[in-house]
Amino acid sequence: VTSKKEYYKGVKFAPYDLVKEFVVALGVVALLVVILAAALSSPDVPSVTMKTVAVQTPQNYTQVALDSLDGNSAVATYGPPYNNQTGSVQFIGPFSPQDWLGVHIPINTAQDFVLGPLAESSAGDSVLKSALTTFKAAPSSTQAAWETAYQSALNKAPATGSSLQVPACPTCGPVPVMMSRLLALGQSGAMDGLLLTSPRFFETDYTRPLLFINYTDAMANEAAKYNLLGETWGVMNETGNYPGQAWLWLYTTFYQLPPYTTAWAANTDALAIASVTILSLLLMFVPWIPGLNRIPRYIPVYRLIWRDYYRDQS
Amino acid sequence: MSMTGKLQRTLSQRLPYEELLPEEQPAYVHNYVYLFGVATLCSFALLIATGVILAAFGPQWWHSSNIGHFVNSLHYWAAQAFMFFMVLHLWTAFFQGAWRDGRGLTWVSGVLTFLISIVTAFTGYLSQQNFDSQWIATQAKDAMNSVGAGAFFNVLNFGQMYGFHVVIFPVIVSALLGTHLTLVRMKGVVKPYDLPTSRARPAPSAAKPKGGVS
Repeated sequence: VTSKKEYYKGVKFAPYDLVKEFVVALGVVALLVVILAAALSSPDVPSVTMKTVAVQTPQNYTQVALDSLDGNSAVATYGPPYNNQTGSVQFIGPFSPQDWLGVHIPINTAQDFVLGPLAESSAGDSVLKSALTTFKAAPSSTQAAWETAYQSALNKAPATGSSLQVPACPTCGPVPVMMSRLLALGQSGAMDGLLLTSPRFFETDYTRPLLFINYTDAMANEAAKYNLLGETWGVMNETGNYPGQAWLWLYTTFYQLPPYTTAWAANTDALAIASVTILSLLLMFVPWIPGLNRIPRYIPVYRLIWRDYYRDQS
Repeated sequence: MSMTGKLQRTLSQRLPYEELLPEEQPAYVHNYVYLFGVATLCSFALLIATGVILAAFGPQWWHSSNIGHFVNSLHYWAAQAFMFFMVLHLWTAFFQGAWRDGRGLTWVSGVLTFLISIVTAFTGYLSQQNFDSQWIATQAKDAMNSVGAGAFFNVLNFGQMYGFHVVIFPVIVSALLGTHLTLVRMKGVVKPYDLPTSRARPAPSAAKPKGGVS
């Protein structure tokens, strides 16, 4: 207390009612929030579901499923924390914290996105059961040949509305049956539940369906509709005419600037986070950083803030 | 002396009762700039109140109930107000050099509150259970994974993000706000800079507390 009294020695004091200030401010801010909520509401665009994807873009749905089966999907080649691949592993210089942490959320796309859901729904479907048995019993080279052949057939498949007509493919083995059943599961809505199944009854983890939906055209199209793509500052935007996470402007800026978008493009996320972390640490420790801690002294905003004080002093 | 006695003595010396809620402030505090901090605090109170209602009715309530949607809108705009006033408070504190004269920890606690609040708001978006949640989660996962954080902070796991949003982060932000306010009350507001060419009597600075920063 003594040092505080010494600190303020010579400073003019005036009565100040902190509690009244808080109560009045609370009323004003509450009124402001009520008015904004009543006038502008809040965004709530419905989620994209597996059913939406399968019905609206059956060819793309089947493509993502096929990529998941043959191990060529973005998730199958992702790397930690989902698997041991390297497709999406990023580096900060020579270091990759992503690799250090390893596989914590194991995802086997063929099993989790295709074979598992098909097996779950194969009861009473002898054709599907037989197809799965044939597929699983085949050597991996044969599976790959079937998948390649089906890819060619899928490329020629005309999609009209929710209907997908894949040409007859005698060299595709059991894959056409599997893919058509998977599309039917998607279009019925069953896949939304099947991707959540686990040995437990309750489920709150949407990792698997979100990883599937993430790489579909339906998701990207919906995001583009609301200006949510990365090149339109999407990280800080949200659906509708709402402010979004405006406070992420600095972080999002890194996604718009070279070299983050050019030479560093393969590691943009890691380098953007590293950059914003360094800037945050500088902000946090600015009191002890020579030069930076003098910036407000040389920018006369303080003269504006305390203009009455300085006027009284003169 | 018992540990309780030591704590009591320390508190009474460093933060006497009358300093918690003083009835006087330096005259220069009568300035709208000093309202940004209290406006931030008021927004946080509204966030907690509306968040408690939303949590009580469950994460899906607001999608199917008009009242629920309105409460969500209140929560949403309280969050926007919280961040808006906090940023104003942060920048005005910066331009005041508010960390001077031994107030470095006060500044650090404020910046930490700001940074944790950003992550709290982020988990709020992930907890909405709509397209924004899906899109933000799927886009953010790559950033989280790229630095290893995704291994234990899975933005695609609704249950985990909801838990962080309604319990863990609010507790941390509340603790940081409490620390920040306590430090403000312990140290008092910083004095204005001396004017370099002022003919005015320079404000006293002889009693600069130990550990002060320029």
